[in-house]
Amino acid sequence: MNFLPNVIFAITLILGIGFFARNISKLKRNIALGKDVDVSGSTKIRWKNMARIALGQSKMVRRPIAGILHVIVYVGFVIINIEVLEIIIDGLFGTHRILSGIGSLYGVLIGTFEILAALVFVAVIIFWFRRNVVRIRRFMSSEMKGWPKQDGNLILYFEIVLMGLFIIMNATDAEFQSMNSGNIISQFLAPLFEGYNVHLIERAAWWMHIIGILIFLNYLYYSKHLHILLAFPNTYYGSVKPKGQFNNLEAVTNEVKLMMDPSIDPFAASDDEGSTPDKFGASDVQDLNWIQLLNAYTCTECGRCTSECPANQTGKKLSPRKIMMDTRDRLVEVGANIDANKGEFTADGKQLLGDYITNEELWACTSCNACVEACPISIDPLSIILEMRRYLVMEQSAAPMELNAMMSNIENNGAPWPYNQMDRLNWKNE
Amino acid sequence: MSDVLKVPTMAEFMALGKQPEVLFWVGCAGSFDDRAKKITKAFVRLLHKAKVEFAVLGTEESCTGDPAKRSGNEFLFQMQAVTNIEVLNAYEVKKIVTACPHCFNTLKNEYPSLGGDYQVMHHTQFLKSLLDEGRLSIEGGQFKGKRITFHDPCYLGRANDVYEAPRDLIKKLDAELVEMKNCRKKGLCCGAGGAQMFKDAEQGNKEINIERTEQALEVKPDIIAAGCPFCNTMMTDGVKNKAEGQIDVMDVAELIANANDL
Repeated sequence: MNFLPNVIFAITLILGIGFFARNISKLKRNIALGKDVDVSGSTKIRWKNMARIALGQSKMVRRPIAGILHVIVYVGFVIINIEVLEIIIDGLFGTHRILSGIGSLYGVLIGTFEILAALVFVAVIIFWFRRNVVRIRRFMSSEMKGWPKQDGNLILYFEIVLMGLFIIMNATDAEFQSMNSGNIISQFLAPLFEGYNVHLIERAAWWMHIIGILIFLNYLYYSKHLHILLAFPNTYYGSVKPKGQFNNLEAVTNEVKLMMDPSIDPFAASDDEGSTPDKFGASDVQDLNWIQLLNAYTCTECGRCTSECPANQTGKKLSPRKIMMDTRDRLVEVGANIDANKGEFTADGKQLLGDYITNEELWACTSCNACVEACPISIDPLSIILEMRRYLVMEQSAAPMELNAMMSNIENNGAPWPYNQMDRLNWKNE
Repeated sequence: MSDVLKVPTMAEFMALGKQPEVLFWVGCAGSFDDRAKKITKAFVRLLHKAKVEFAVLGTEESCTGDPAKRSGNEFLFQMQAVTNIEVLNAYEVKKIVTACPHCFNTLKNEYPSLGGDYQVMHHTQFLKSLLDEGRLSIEGGQFKGKRITFHDPCYLGRANDVYEAPRDLIKKLDAELVEMKNCRKKGLCCGAGGAQMFKDAEQGNKEINIERTEQALEVKPDIIAAGCPFCNTMMTDGVKNKAEGQIDVMDVAELIANANDL
């Protein structure tokens, strides 16, 4: 017996999965750079959200064309991957179509895979047309130039090739074709290969298929396509509070209580209780919480947020998608910095605020939550915008002048306009 | 309309040793903005009509801190919140109604963790409940056949999932409720939220309120109904720009007060 293919297969598999595992641990480390946030409670609602939004794709279909095509690709992707199980067993033990032993069910399974593969193939081609020929507006924004555009297309090419190889692999498998069960699509392609060395083509397609899958798996870490994994934790950890509820900064609460409590001796209060943070709000990724960083890795740049954003629709620079992309880009940069400096972040003179996201973008937000509502996988760009506004206002006093005026009015007379608080009830006599 | 309204304060109730059924949180716009004051008065007339024992804080009310918080000034927000909560708790307030979705959201969602736990209702929810309890009725005649479109305030709709109460009220007017292409969860902001009301917009190619007004005009309404004093201002400005004199922008409370000849 020649064990060489089995050994090569095992090594390929170990390398592919090992490299992926290494990147995933990096991903987890980067996400853990974020601040801790309380996610206790509401477990039931969280599971339900995950089941409904990620597994059930409930928010995808709000845009029916993209939604239904996506469901096809998603279902196809998940179900066809059952076939990978067989490929791995075959590869490791030198068997051929080991699962065909289960009888007629095998034909049903492979037949289903073939139909799905064909549907995915078509859906992906339509996706490609939407991006490159129809040029749908949300894929044409300025933040989608260069790598993001290329990334989007590469994923589609990957899927076209993988689905193609799967069908070719079946079409050129003489034994499988002779079973004449489950070759619903591939039987029509089989005649094309007559006269060629089908065994060789079958082997080539089989190897390229599994190697392609491993390459694709490893591509995820560098791509917006990470959402296929992260959509699940992301929807689980997505907010379970009303969208209008912004968190109350605890550090501020402590300060305010100190100010309001006459029984506290101001001179006795010491700083070493750790109640005061080094910074209010966020100017860099480490100031955000880990859910916001998970959000950034999960974003698949579909742009539904941006296309619903009132500021973006009226030509302002703000794009919620760009907020997420910038956050991820900066986080990747910080991660690489840590790797290059033996596990320790070394100041690089850059930060998320200013080098990636400008004040102009942040101040254009109306906090309307349209972006949060639009996201099919529970990403919250608004919370990042708010954290950065907090930094601008509380650390830098860099609010637009009119807002400073509004705030001093509230401070002085309890209303955003310069009216006397004592005149609050005048309306009843007017 | 210059009749003096009876508007009791919490202090007056307390002096009598009584508790009102509900505290009406007027809000800064409702107290000071000329347009919003009309909404405030319309709502008060409805409260009287339904014989609701209500009170206001009057000069003891202060900004909830919403615009400060959305601007990023968490200190100022919490100072306002804690001060307001002290007043509210001192009066042992249990139930609050407000005609401003921003006050509504802040009081309902952001005060509890600072020690202020109240049952908070938007005025459209409150009016709906009065209707359901038979304490208030709506005469629809005046609006019969009129096309009314409702602009969802972000802080009522998306922020707190209140979509039906204002619509249920409008339907009672015998009017034709027509929906804009972006409504409910997909409602487009008027442009005032997140403290934008108090500043100029960033550089762009259009004002948000114009965009939203155009969406409203697409459905050819006679009236644009709003449930927020800031939305009201933004839509009124938009209409001035686009269809001056042809369309009214009115709060849901005003519609119902008008229908009842109040």
